[in-house]
Amino acid sequence: MQRIGVFICWCGSNIAATVDVEKVSEVIKQEKGVVFATNYQYMCSENGQQIIKNAIKEYNLTGIVIGSCSPRMHEATFRKAAQAAGLNPYMVEVANIREHCSWIHKDRAEATEKAIILVRTAIAKVLLNTPLAEGESPVTKRALVIGGGIAGIQTALDIAEAGFEVDIVEKNATIGGRMAQIDKTFPTLDCSACILTPKMVDCAQNEKIDILSYSEIESVQGFVGNFTVTIRKKARYVDENKCTGCKVCMQYCPSKKGLNEFNMNMNTRTAIYIPFAQAIPNVAVIDPEQCIKLKTGKCGVCKLKCSAGAINYDMKDEFIERKYGAIVVATGFKPIDLDNFNEYAYKDSKDVITSLELERLMNAAGPTNGVLLRPSDNAHPKDITFIQCVGSRDVSGCGKPYCSKICCMYTAKHAMLIREKYPDTRVHVFYIDVRTPGKNYDEFYRRAVEQYDVDYIKGMVGKVFPMANGKLLVQGSNLLDNEQIFIESDLVVLATAIEPEPSVRKIATLLATSIDTNNFLTEAHPKLRPVESPTAGIYLAGVCQGPRDIPETVSMASACAAKVIGLLVKDKLKTNPCIALTNENMCNGCSQCANVCAYGAISYIEKEFRLGGGKTEVRRVSYVNPAVCQGCGACTVTCPSGAIDLKGFSSKQIMSEVETICKK
Amino acid sequence: MVNRDLLLKRAEELFDAGAVERVLGWTNGEFSYDQSPAVFSNKEDLANFVYDAFCGANLSKYLIEQTRQKKKTAVFLKGCDTFSFNQLLNEKRINRDFVKPIVIGCEGKLDINKIKEKVEGVIEDVSVEGNTVTIKTLDGTYTFDDKREFMLEKCLSCRGIAEVEDAEEIDIEHQFVSDGDRFSMVHKLENMTEDERFAFWQAELSKCIRCNACRNVCPACSCVKCVFDNDQSGVWTKAPADSFEEQCFHIIRAFHVAGRCTDCGECSRVCPSHIPLHLLNRKFIKDSNSLYGEYQAGVETDAVHPLIKYTEQDLDPTKAVAKTEGSNE
Repeated sequence: MQRIGVFICWCGSNIAATVDVEKVSEVIKQEKGVVFATNYQYMCSENGQQIIKNAIKEYNLTGIVIGSCSPRMHEATFRKAAQAAGLNPYMVEVANIREHCSWIHKDRAEATEKAIILVRTAIAKVLLNTPLAEGESPVTKRALVIGGGIAGIQTALDIAEAGFEVDIVEKNATIGGRMAQIDKTFPTLDCSACILTPKMVDCAQNEKIDILSYSEIESVQGFVGNFTVTIRKKARYVDENKCTGCKVCMQYCPSKKGLNEFNMNMNTRTAIYIPFAQAIPNVAVIDPEQCIKLKTGKCGVCKLKCSAGAINYDMKDEFIERKYGAIVVATGFKPIDLDNFNEYAYKDSKDVITSLELERLMNAAGPTNGVLLRPSDNAHPKDITFIQCVGSRDVSGCGKPYCSKICCMYTAKHAMLIREKYPDTRVHVFYIDVRTPGKNYDEFYRRAVEQYDVDYIKGMVGKVFPMANGKLLVQGSNLLDNEQIFIESDLVVLATAIEPEPSVRKIATLLATSIDTNNFLTEAHPKLRPVESPTAGIYLAGVCQGPRDIPETVSMASACAAKVIGLLVKDKLKTNPCIALTNENMCNGCSQCANVCAYGAISYIEKEFRLGGGKTEVRRVSYVNPAVCQGCGACTVTCPSGAIDLKGFSSKQIMSEVETICKK
Repeated sequence: MVNRDLLLKRAEELFDAGAVERVLGWTNGEFSYDQSPAVFSNKEDLANFVYDAFCGANLSKYLIEQTRQKKKTAVFLKGCDTFSFNQLLNEKRINRDFVKPIVIGCEGKLDINKIKEKVEGVIEDVSVEGNTVTIKTLDGTYTFDDKREFMLEKCLSCRGIAEVEDAEEIDIEHQFVSDGDRFSMVHKLENMTEDERFAFWQAELSKCIRCNACRNVCPACSCVKCVFDNDQSGVWTKAPADSFEEQCFHIIRAFHVAGRCTDCGECSRVCPSHIPLHLLNRKFIKDSNSLYGEYQAGVETDAVHPLIKYTEQDLDPTKAVAKTEGSNE
């Protein structure tokens, strides 16, 4: 006979203000199987836990139900308390009467009734609970970082610093990411490359770090502590171990029309190229779309000129399989496409550029060697108009509903740098709001307005017209003066919204982790677990999780590293005992469960069964590897015979809960 | 054209050569038109072997039991049976090493219920010559010149023969393949109002006597222990309790076989209450086809059906719901 104890938490006034906790515990006391019920102000507190422990001992409880906040908050707390009192921790059920009840209802009577039903439901489940024991699984002491931008670099460096091996997989030919393309960084205006490239070099020189550039994730299997990842090393047609980075090939390559991605396609490069001077690895790569040899078979100049003998036109994609204990996603961002924003004439005029393009135009290694020239005629622009929130905070559906967060600051930076370098230039900035929270950020923006006399105009731009004289007519509104204004500009710079690098969608699928409607990866908890994904062993660094600037990205990267190190120092991980189990007497070996198992936990064995009368038969039945199963339950709903069940969440338990909810 | 003598000769040869220990075929039932599946274990038994226009029964499911006994078994597979055979191989239900499949051409089997509706008196004999059907009853002789009038529903939507690996073939050139739309009745049901549709199914399903014939004949219903027979399942006693449970039974079964049902039509063929059960399965097939792309169970022995496969192109579930709900508008 089960002896159930029920503990209703007030959660201060979070629950008690809407739910009559006294009534709930009184009503629940009458439930079949319940021998003790009480309520208390904070069940999660030391005192609250003591009430639970005492009751378990005093009433010899076989199972307990806590009516409180979401089990995601305090299930572990209550399980520990139960264990301390000698009760199996899996004999604890949490009825969520806060998020699922008090927070979403206003009517006290209704909320109280619902709370009673939710607690009854948890009792129905706990009556069918069985004690479970945690297992153990080993930890592969190596981490994978996907993405070699500043987020990935910082994470890898910190993990390596702690003594663990870490691989960076970067889809481009060099690490560095977006930060490598940026000219100066706010709010200190130090040179981006000057602070980034030493870190890139550190990565290359660190014995614990293996950089797999020009590579992509092909498949991921396993689970926290035990991931097996297949990495596609794309054919770069240059042997990384032989190439010395001398760039002679680039001097002789006759194909010079490839667009230079590093310079935002604003100039060209050769078919064989090193993305930029400080590239890591400093190894050339051949663009197969541009290479004459690869396209027509006739050329081969680079191979002839390469004294290192590094060129190999027959190179094929290579697949590497590696094991990891933890995976960090640091896939970064790209500016959105401006196809939906024809009003800014981005496609019609060369002199309408994005802010990232401006970074390259102002950078000494850029297409103009750092001299600000407008793209159409290489003239010095005298009137420059910046338009903020291009595609950000846009609820029309054309752009993104969120704030891209970095644009206000970099636009102030651009405006200031231009005014500093070219004092004869007039700089206008159209803005909706200027948002500059952060250490020394608002001071930075105020300097642009007060010291550098940048013309900030509160209002949006309606349209940009390319004019016959080569200038751009910017038509906008000045909300403070309530008037329409026209500004003749030589250059228009669009503070384009940023979005997660599109390849993150595929990666999220491979990692079985969640993604939101804007393609940002979802964190396990927005406040308390911001760098962990809901999938154990997967961590998130940088803009893949949400818009953020470099200082925040670096903090997040180091936080990820701390989490990864915390995982990798463990020799064994406790495994969730709520895993699938096959009832061999019902399994017909049809293999559907193995088809849906994302973790490869299911295999098949031939097993002999007694039929009675001395007869036996051998049948094929499924076997769930308890070290690999993650308890997702996909197999249990797929099994046509109902032969697989999830421990702790059996079909019977769930049906019993449903029946209780439906019962009048 | 495939006839009894042709199949019998081949079965005898296989026994003579010691190539098989069992032959799965058909034998006479109570009447001349209710031929039943039968296992023949020697040449002498074959005297009772029958093959005619009423051998509609799908033999593939019986191979589960036969091959588990590790007896090499020859089996005659009509077009519809080939899909079921492949599907059972896909689900690892049949041990292929112990099967000698013989695929036979089929020009359509007859539905005795359709015949009974057209003639008077006790039926003594039915013969088919080309498209002509001659029916002798105690009251007289009837001749009809369009066989299709009497063909089984499953034959009227025949999709021909699925490729069976390493199979012997007999006269597969003479195979009837339907040119009709097998979803036409599903369309009709979808176009009904909710109330009309409910009334239609209530009328049909209330005829159910829970004899379990549909389940027993269904090649996709081959669980070691059916939930409705399992006293541990918590649902077995409920099943026959009232008409609502009867309705649920068929819908649960349709979910159970979804993705694995080859649309062999056996459920409707054997239903003593003539409930068009195949329509439930066809609705599922039609929805799955429209949401996740065309898929026919039983074409390939290693296919993974859309309901247990995830691809990045898969429709968003919320859109899927909207799409199927919208299908009756």
